[in-house]
Amino acid sequence: MEHTNVSTEITIHHEPSASTKRIWKVFWILLIITMVELGLGLSLYALSLPEGLRMHLIKGTIIILSLAKAYYIVSVFMHLGDEIRNMIMTIVVPLMLFIWFILAFLGDGSSYKNLRNKYDRSYKERTEIGTHKKDTVVHPGGKD
Amino acid sequence: MTTTAVSQHQTKWWSGGKSPFNIEYGKLMMWYFLMSDSFTFGAFLISYGTIRFSQNYWPNPSVVFNAFPGAGHANLPLAFVSLMTFILIMSSVTMVLAVHEGHHGNKNGVVKWMAWTIVGGLCFLSCQAWEWHHLITGEHVVLTDQNTLDVIGQTMGGNPWGPHLDPAIAGEALTRTPVEDLAKVVHAHDHSHSIDQLRAMSREQLLGMINLDELHVNRKGPIAFGGYFYGITGFHGFHVFSGVIINIVMLIMAQKGVFERRGHYLMIEKAGLYWHFVDLVWVFVFLCFYLI
Repeated sequence: MEHTNVSTEITIHHEPSASTKRIWKVFWILLIITMVELGLGLSLYALSLPEGLRMHLIKGTIIILSLAKAYYIVSVFMHLGDEIRNMIMTIVVPLMLFIWFILAFLGDGSSYKNLRNKYDRSYKERTEIGTHKKDTVVHPGGKD
Repeated sequence: MTTTAVSQHQTKWWSGGKSPFNIEYGKLMMWYFLMSDSFTFGAFLISYGTIRFSQNYWPNPSVVFNAFPGAGHANLPLAFVSLMTFILIMSSVTMVLAVHEGHHGNKNGVVKWMAWTIVGGLCFLSCQAWEWHHLITGEHVVLTDQNTLDVIGQTMGGNPWGPHLDPAIAGEALTRTPVEDLAKVVHAHDHSHSIDQLRAMSREQLLGMINLDELHVNRKGPIAFGGYFYGITGFHGFHVFSGVIINIVMLIMAQKGVFERRGHYLMIEKAGLYWHFVDLVWVFVFLCFYLI
């Protein structure tokens, strides 16, 4: 079709693709990744893994798969991958702040937990019951 | 047509006279809005993560989200939220197909795919309404701070998914439970009597209807769970809702031929950016609340 000059901000036009093949390909990729994620999420539940390396590996895999999904949505569905490099950078570079944001705040949460467990033993006893296999009797009619 | 011959690497983007981003103003501003919105969502999710990391115990999502409409008490972990995720991915596909038709100036195609996108958005919102209703009105027996038993749903003020309670402690708490709460405990497991009928019964009658081995009693879980869950999924649901409204406006404008007269379907692209962003946020909400 003919190009009406859409806007003066656009110097280089790129031709829209003729087929919807790429869209459907990404749809299948997203669907398969989601199903794998669900399988992993359910395996966490089915195996009832204890807190440890294996559980963190599975959760880490799920997070990486989610980032892959985000990449496909932004790059293909939102067409950011078709823009010029300047445009991609003006969006992606500020998002790098998230790396600091996540590390700093999750670290803060976990440090708060450790400090409280260290200095408030009764809090630790009250809240760690669920992590043992068998529910231990902590306060049989202690108060009241 | 001729412009495609010029390579983007040969162009001096920063020498003035042209936009260095090579993108229409409105679309660029939509991108910046979405970037700032992603920081809003990111801040919410990171705040949730911080609180979760500060707790010794957090409920297992496969236990919390195990219901499916019409399946009664069947244990179907994550089944319903998978359906919701599929609906949202599907509506993202129909949206990108609408944008694709817009690139080719095909009005009927745009209208058709926009209509399907709106249907998908409404389906998602209905699913979320059912899920919230199910969580809020759920009846779960918990140990109260006074060492009695009570029945609560998942609300902002209480979380019924704490660690499982030993039957011995539950039995002892049962003897201290006031009669009006006993009626609720019976009702949580046995809907053959209405709550009013149960309230009329005596303490002994009610205790006789409770089988300790079948009674699932939990301690209370972290109270922050509800606020974060409803706050963040609600904020996302609000985005879906406003996206549906925007899409309806776009559908009407496309149908009336506004974009055809304008000569381009850029507005569909901008609405599309917003809609895909809603899908993008769901990827992370799904990750943080349901999967890990």
